[in-house]
Amino acid sequence: MFYIYCPHCGEHREEEEFHAKGQAHIARPADPDSCSDKEWGEYLYFRKNPRGLHHEMWVHAAGCRKFFNVTRDTVSYEIKEVYKIGERPSVVAAGN
Amino acid sequence: MSEMIAPEKVAANKPEAVQEVARMNQLAGPAQRAESPLHHADLGTIAQKGPKNGGVTLQEHKLLGHLVIRGSQDNQAFLAGAREALGFDLPTAPLSSVQQGDRSVRWISPDEWLLIVPGEEAFDVEEQLRAAMGGHFAIVNVSGGQTVLELSGPEARSVLKKSTPYDVHDRNFPVGKVVTSVFAKTQAVIRRTGEQSWELVIRRSFADYAWLWLQDASAEYGLVVKA
Repeated sequence: MFYIYCPHCGEHREEEEFHAKGQAHIARPADPDSCSDKEWGEYLYFRKNPRGLHHEMWVHAAGCRKFFNVTRDTVSYEIKEVYKIGERPSVVAAGN
Repeated sequence: MSEMIAPEKVAANKPEAVQEVARMNQLAGPAQRAESPLHHADLGTIAQKGPKNGGVTLQEHKLLGHLVIRGSQDNQAFLAGAREALGFDLPTAPLSSVQQGDRSVRWISPDEWLLIVPGEEAFDVEEQLRAAMGGHFAIVNVSGGQTVLELSGPEARSVLKKSTPYDVHDRNFPVGKVVTSVFAKTQAVIRRTGEQSWELVIRRSFADYAWLWLQDASAEYGLVVKA
């Protein structure tokens, strides 16, 4: 089991209390009416699946019910950083 | 086509509409009988006829007024209004709670608090909060949706250890701390109210499950039910 740090509760909690919510930092096209089908399709359906650092959204479902971002290594499962929505990650993969 | 399904943006033009919310006193009158979610368990009879000594004591505090208060900590009119209506500040430190007489507030998340007051005061307190608070906020009376259980006694902590993955050691869980966590296969708001006493706020639909779970988990220590 993991202990995951919740930046809202300010402490580590059992993994059981959290849910993973997929890739973070997905920007919605600013004007959906005038974007191309390709742009909209990529926004809706296409996700990264990196080997290595991945920025993900998690939710503290059984706790404060707030979302936050996690930078996780998909090879080792190690959580490198936890940061709030709206903040920039300080740990990023080279070339990103 | 998209113009037709776009929602009307009225709220931004009419700020006064924000305060027009449905409010009603949810207290059951003489025509309706109020029943706690554990009515069927008949805790009163168990308290009379059941064991009087054991390591764990369970008491339901039923039919209290539960109010969920939501608002931003950046909104001073919201925080000041809460102080004016309640007589004390909403606890802004994570995982903290305030108890003042028969009123208590639990920190649930950075913009959410659970206020519990005597059942008959719930509507008055809600009205006072609405009158005193300003800006963007929400108050919802959820009294019918949950109930409060108090676990106490020398083995109360042992029962919690079996029930939640959260660390309930003194070092991590001092008196006054409140956490929302996994409880058995459901969730509970767990607050430490004393050296040997703990308060659980549980959902109505899981109340029977929690009651059956607590009976099973405290069987080895001896469960005393208090009316």
